[in-house]
Amino acid sequence: MSDFPILSILIFLPIAGALLLALIPGQRVPTDRLFAWVPGDQQARAKWLALVVSAATLVISLVLFIDFDHGRPGFQYTDTFTWIDADDVGFTVRYAFGLDGLSAPLVLLTTFLTTVAVLISWRIDLRPKEYFAWLLVLETSVLGVFTALDLLVFFLFWELELIPMFLLISTWGHGDRRHYSAIKFVLYTVFGSAFMLVGFLILGAEAGSFDMRDIRGADLAGAVLPLQAVFAFILIAFAVKLPVVPLHTWLPDAHTDAPTAVSVLLAGVLLKMGGYGVLRLLFTLMPDVGADADLALAIIAAVSIVYGAIITIRQTDLKRLVAYSSVSHMGFVLLGVSALGVTGLSGAAMQLVTHGLITGLLFVVVGLVYDRTHTREIADMRGMAHYMPLLAAATVFAGFASLGLPALAGFVAEITIFLGAFAQHEAPTAVALLGVLLAAGYMLYALQRTMFGPRDERWSHLPDIGAWWETAPIAALVAAIVLLGVYPSIVMDLFEAAVAPIADGLALAADSAEAAVSGGA
Amino acid sequence: MNQPVAEGLVWLIFFLPVASFFLITLFLRGRPREAGLLTVGAIGVALVVSVYALVQVIGEGGHAVGFSTHELFSAGDLIVNVGARLDGLTAVMLVVVSGVSLLVQVYSLGYMHGDGGFARYYAFMSFFTAAMLGLILADNLLMLFVFWELVGAASYFLIGFWFHRPAAAAAAKKAFIVTRLGDLGLLAALILIWDRAGTLDIAAINTEVVELVGLGVLGQTMLTLFALGLAAGAIGKSAQFPLHIWLPDAMEGPTPVSALVHSATMVAAGVYLLARFFPVLDASQFASDFITWIGVITAVGAALLAVAQTDIKRVLAYSTISQLAYMMFALGIGAYAAAVFHLMTHAFFKSLLFLGAGSASHATNTFDMTRMGGLRRVMPITYITFVIGALSLAGVIPLAGFWSKDEILIDAWKYNRAVFVFGLLAAGLTAFYMVRAIALTFHGEYKGGEEPAPGEHGADPAHPHEAPRVMTIPLCLLAVLAVAAGWVTFGGEFQSWVLGALPEAHEAKFLWNTGVFIGSTLLAAVAAAAAIALYIRRDPDPARLRAHPAVAPLHRLLERKYYADVLAEDLLVRRVFYGGLAKAAHTFDALVVDGVVNGAARGTFVAGWFAKFAQNGQAQTAAAALLAGGVIIFGAVVIFQ
Repeated sequence: MSDFPILSILIFLPIAGALLLALIPGQRVPTDRLFAWVPGDQQARAKWLALVVSAATLVISLVLFIDFDHGRPGFQYTDTFTWIDADDVGFTVRYAFGLDGLSAPLVLLTTFLTTVAVLISWRIDLRPKEYFAWLLVLETSVLGVFTALDLLVFFLFWELELIPMFLLISTWGHGDRRHYSAIKFVLYTVFGSAFMLVGFLILGAEAGSFDMRDIRGADLAGAVLPLQAVFAFILIAFAVKLPVVPLHTWLPDAHTDAPTAVSVLLAGVLLKMGGYGVLRLLFTLMPDVGADADLALAIIAAVSIVYGAIITIRQTDLKRLVAYSSVSHMGFVLLGVSALGVTGLSGAAMQLVTHGLITGLLFVVVGLVYDRTHTREIADMRGMAHYMPLLAAATVFAGFASLGLPALAGFVAEITIFLGAFAQHEAPTAVALLGVLLAAGYMLYALQRTMFGPRDERWSHLPDIGAWWETAPIAALVAAIVLLGVYPSIVMDLFEAAVAPIADGLALAADSAEAAVSGGA
Repeated sequence: MNQPVAEGLVWLIFFLPVASFFLITLFLRGRPREAGLLTVGAIGVALVVSVYALVQVIGEGGHAVGFSTHELFSAGDLIVNVGARLDGLTAVMLVVVSGVSLLVQVYSLGYMHGDGGFARYYAFMSFFTAAMLGLILADNLLMLFVFWELVGAASYFLIGFWFHRPAAAAAAKKAFIVTRLGDLGLLAALILIWDRAGTLDIAAINTEVVELVGLGVLGQTMLTLFALGLAAGAIGKSAQFPLHIWLPDAMEGPTPVSALVHSATMVAAGVYLLARFFPVLDASQFASDFITWIGVITAVGAALLAVAQTDIKRVLAYSTISQLAYMMFALGIGAYAAAVFHLMTHAFFKSLLFLGAGSASHATNTFDMTRMGGLRRVMPITYITFVIGALSLAGVIPLAGFWSKDEILIDAWKYNRAVFVFGLLAAGLTAFYMVRAIALTFHGEYKGGEEPAPGEHGADPAHPHEAPRVMTIPLCLLAVLAVAAGWVTFGGEFQSWVLGALPEAHEAKFLWNTGVFIGSTLLAAVAAAAAIALYIRRDPDPARLRAHPAVAPLHRLLERKYYADVLAEDLLVRRVFYGGLAKAAHTFDALVVDGVVNGAARGTFVAGWFAKFAQNGQAQTAAAALLAGGVIIFGAVVIFQ
């Protein structure tokens, strides 16, 4: 393989695009002549530039996804140079990125959903230049998290995400409570990050390097805090992000008040950073602790799935309903993780992707409905299918995908998780099965109230979707959900190969713990 | 390898309606005529191939034609396959489903003519047929479950086809959720068998797993739990007590949908599932008894409900529940071949009855039998075919329904006399409610029908007329089947086809028991005579009879459907779950879980408000604090020393 830093280009292309966006002048400045050859006004230039950049990122990641060598374990396309050298300070920090079977699908998901987010924001008229710039900064931060191989680099990108998110929710959000929601989101995340940073510092100091590849083989027994505490610290950050009950209450607020595109990215990729972190960091770096924590994780997962679904049923705001359903669905990720075996871990990774696509689509359609009706109250809507048949069809499709209809992507992940988790934790898995029934309850309730029923003259003037920037992302999402539903091995093979070493590490840890117990007895 | 049927040909049966669905959805949304013809064509070819497959399988003695399975994806130990299984049971089901579906699609060309959602109707009919055929072809439990859920989704879209009607939208939701409750059992069974036995392959479960249980390698409890999980799925899908409550509501869908989905095919999927896993059922006495008694309770309970309905579709709906229950208890007592036989004959005569009811409402705009009456004069073809269907259902010799119902009763007489008595009772009730339905709909004076609802198209009810030929021809063809389809039992022919699908050899023979024949026929005749007296000669007057103090409470109980809907929907779902548990959880989430978060934020803020006074920048304050601190420390040292 060549040394061409394709991964760095991929990660920083969006932020470069954001800088370029910032350079687009307003209408009445002298430098305007420099840009006179670009057609359109400031808004048009901003959105087209954002689209070109996000589409270019999508194309690069697609090429990487196809070019990715399935047969080779470990990281590919790695970019590494030493940033802070151990000789000077006693530890090493590396600028290091790499792609493996776990991160490759998530990177593609990120670039795909960012392109969707740009398109779905086509009509934004409030300070469009800044808006698109922050969206692209957000993309860079998420891509950095999914590809970083060094804990401190991971942490930097993890924190970078907060800046665009705060500004996007509080400036372009809906409703009076958007500042509250934005601040709640930031503080909650920072609360988790503080623990995570402590955990990272302990790991890095003990291993003498912050590079995950170094930490994995290092002896961590002499760390200042017991590894169980380090594991718990880092887990707090990921548990907030996923989110799991009871650390979830930031999510419905942030989602409800965020603009549509931000909701799509929040549910579609930001939550995935939590599940990714558990697999990439906790289970890979500290398998001994992970192999002991499985029952606790399974119980938290079952509670999240059922409790989240029950709360969802009580929601009267359509967007809040979708947001709460994410709490339930992300519980499946944790349930799969708690299985420790290849089946469960693959299912958990699959759920990251499928939930990203399905909930992304749900937020797209709910956003389009809101753009037209200016209400999110389920009680205010009815009979939308009369006036907006295509949008209603997309909503119904998304709803059925969300409730786990087979032949669509979500089912593949859920069944794999169930089959994987039952072998390890029978009771929590049995409880989690109820989530399947409850999901049908809240989704069909919402569809019945909003899409079906008699005509309502208030909504008779509403146009159906028709513009290319509305239909193209919906069609792409629908196609992806069907494709992964009937032919999941496109990404399942990657996940299966990538989680196998993680599962091996966990099994080894469990065996040695058992040997220690029986040896001591 | 030289196979009697090429595997590609078998898949063609499934992919034809799949292609029809996608073509209509993507290209023919605005072309109703082409959408309808495409569906009819696709399913027609599928029927031809299915018949060919059946003939070839009969040549093999009904034994499975060996196809290899194909890996779809894997995740660790889990390997998910797709593959087709073709044996006597599958082939019979393929022919029944594609055959009834074809006739219903042709009928719908007339019945749905002019409906705004014509293309959408055919898209979902194609979707449904494809999913049902996929369910039948599945060679492993996971694939079966996939199509099991997909037929449920198809049913949702078809029940809620007229989504502007709140009742239709509600019924669709109810059907999906109630059946999904049963599906949880099926899902649990799937997870359990994979975890304990490590396979999802249907043939492997029916042979190796059952053998391992017999040898004591795998637990009997596991097998019973697995069988009960399957039973739960079947109870939901086949609308058995206590999950039967969705099916009568499902009649909100267009009538051809009721004929195909909610009587002939999809609801029979539960029976098919248990027949498919008959060796498992056979190996668990507890599960068999469970299914038997669920079937017995449902057969009689639903037949009683059918007596008290005034809506003709609801009479047929409860009749369907009752007949499916017949098949259930047949499977429970071990009458596998009889159950599948009854599944087939029922598919023909019940779809005929539904389509007949649809034809009657096509003329009158109503399903309320008290608004009909006298239609035999204006709708002779509908009348005659409906009577044939009713006689077949009531089990009159030599119609199709007689042979299959009698075979079940003969087996019940042999294995379980109590079941036999209840089966006979249900048979008598069947004759009674069908004669009542015929009397109210086709005899007496015409009551004027009903005007179409504003904004909806419909016939002029003042001048009822016979349906167009595109509807009456399917009626006539189904009537022929309702008469003759049972004759395949002579010489044990049909039995040999479906018994060949079982791993162990069974003797296939035609059953006859003169005592049972006389008993069931006599009872049906008495019940029919009673119904004729009540509803045609009106002596005694049924209205006075209903008011009689001995009958009135029973009648109210039946009219209110044993209060099952009130109990399930109003009490359990609305009050206990939604208004109780979910409300409490929601309040807890808002006040406690989020309250702690906001409380922590407020606490920090308040602490900061107090702490800021320490930082007011005045030297005097600082000095005073310093002095106070010194005094406290000094005092503490003095005191605690």
